[in-house]
Amino acid sequence: MTLQKEFLKGFWRENPTFRLVLGMCPTLAVTTSATNGIGMGLATTFVLVCSNFFVSLLRRYIPSKVRIPAFIVIIASFVTIVDLIMAGYFYSLHKALGLFIPLITVNCIILGRAEAFASKNPLALSIADGLGMGLGFTLSLTVLGAVRELIGRGMIFGVSVFGPHYPALLVFVLPPGAYLTLGLLSALMNRITLREET
Amino acid sequence: MKSIFKLIITLTIICAVAAIALSFVHQITLKPIAYQKRMEKVRALKRVLPAYDNHPEKDILKVPGKNGKPIEVNLAKKGGKVIAVAYRVVSHKGYGGDISLLMGLDMKGKITGIEILGMMETPGLGARIEEPAFKKQFVGRTLKNTKWAVKKDGGDIDQITGATISPRAVTEAIYGGLQLFEKKIRPALKSKGLVQ
Repeated sequence: MTLQKEFLKGFWRENPTFRLVLGMCPTLAVTTSATNGIGMGLATTFVLVCSNFFVSLLRRYIPSKVRIPAFIVIIASFVTIVDLIMAGYFYSLHKALGLFIPLITVNCIILGRAEAFASKNPLALSIADGLGMGLGFTLSLTVLGAVRELIGRGMIFGVSVFGPHYPALLVFVLPPGAYLTLGLLSALMNRITLREET
Repeated sequence: MKSIFKLIITLTIICAVAAIALSFVHQITLKPIAYQKRMEKVRALKRVLPAYDNHPEKDILKVPGKNGKPIEVNLAKKGGKVIAVAYRVVSHKGYGGDISLLMGLDMKGKITGIEILGMMETPGLGARIEEPAFKKQFVGRTLKNTKWAVKKDGGDIDQITGATISPRAVTEAIYGGLQLFEKKIRPALKSKGLVQ
């Protein structure tokens, strides 16, 4: 029951993007298309699950004085692994995400989950937490990317939806569009939540 | 004292394990990454060069360029004869940073194709220099048969609606590349006896 709860909270109640408002840097920068959103989200999920796994596994052995450097070494190692694997097997996606892959290391979500959750909870719960948070992040980024791609270019996943004569609102693909879309989606989410509560 | 030791040992073990794991992954991905990089080059060369029967990505002539930096010129051959060359040119006047491109030229100095290798122009505006419609207009142009400027500046090159800076940078880079061909690359090919 709690396993399920820890897994599901990342999708809505504690959604990292719209609720915790963490990891805004990659969120705003790479969501120019739905594909980029999925790629970034899944790379982050992999790092998050692996780092939660190891942080939880070693939580009794890491002295609290050196816990932050220890967590960062674990996180940075998995980021480097993702970076190398993507460069080798998903070259074009790796090129599109560029510098934002190594920067997953400093994504607050990951260190945040290690510090707030994995270092205090058993293995299975930590994995569920990492998976849920990661997939919640992936879902948010994909929705953001899809909305921006649809309005800004008339496409979803690179496939034209409205045909060539669609008057694309370019601003949605440009950096200001990231803020606009994030703000609008957060507002929408708040409205739905408020309705549920009243 | 004891606690300091514990801190040092724990952190050292974690770092050592991380280092071993990373060197292992590095070993595995070394080949695929090199392969992807080579394939990227081969794909770009295929697009800018006419049909060839050698391996231009390995057939390289180094030509001394400005301030001593050698320019790598890829040679496309057919039946052992050089039919075209390809090399990289860079413009520092892009809107979002440097624009680097690969250009192919036949032995008459005519452009056989261009391909954008790297750029950070605005998506939907300047980034449209990557579209085939823009790149195609350079094919067949030479140093002499073209006024090397965008139409807005009184030249022959079509700009992109809403974006003049990026096409201007590309035009400038290609113009520089054409001059380079006449001044450096053609003489170098001649001195090696690769062309008459």
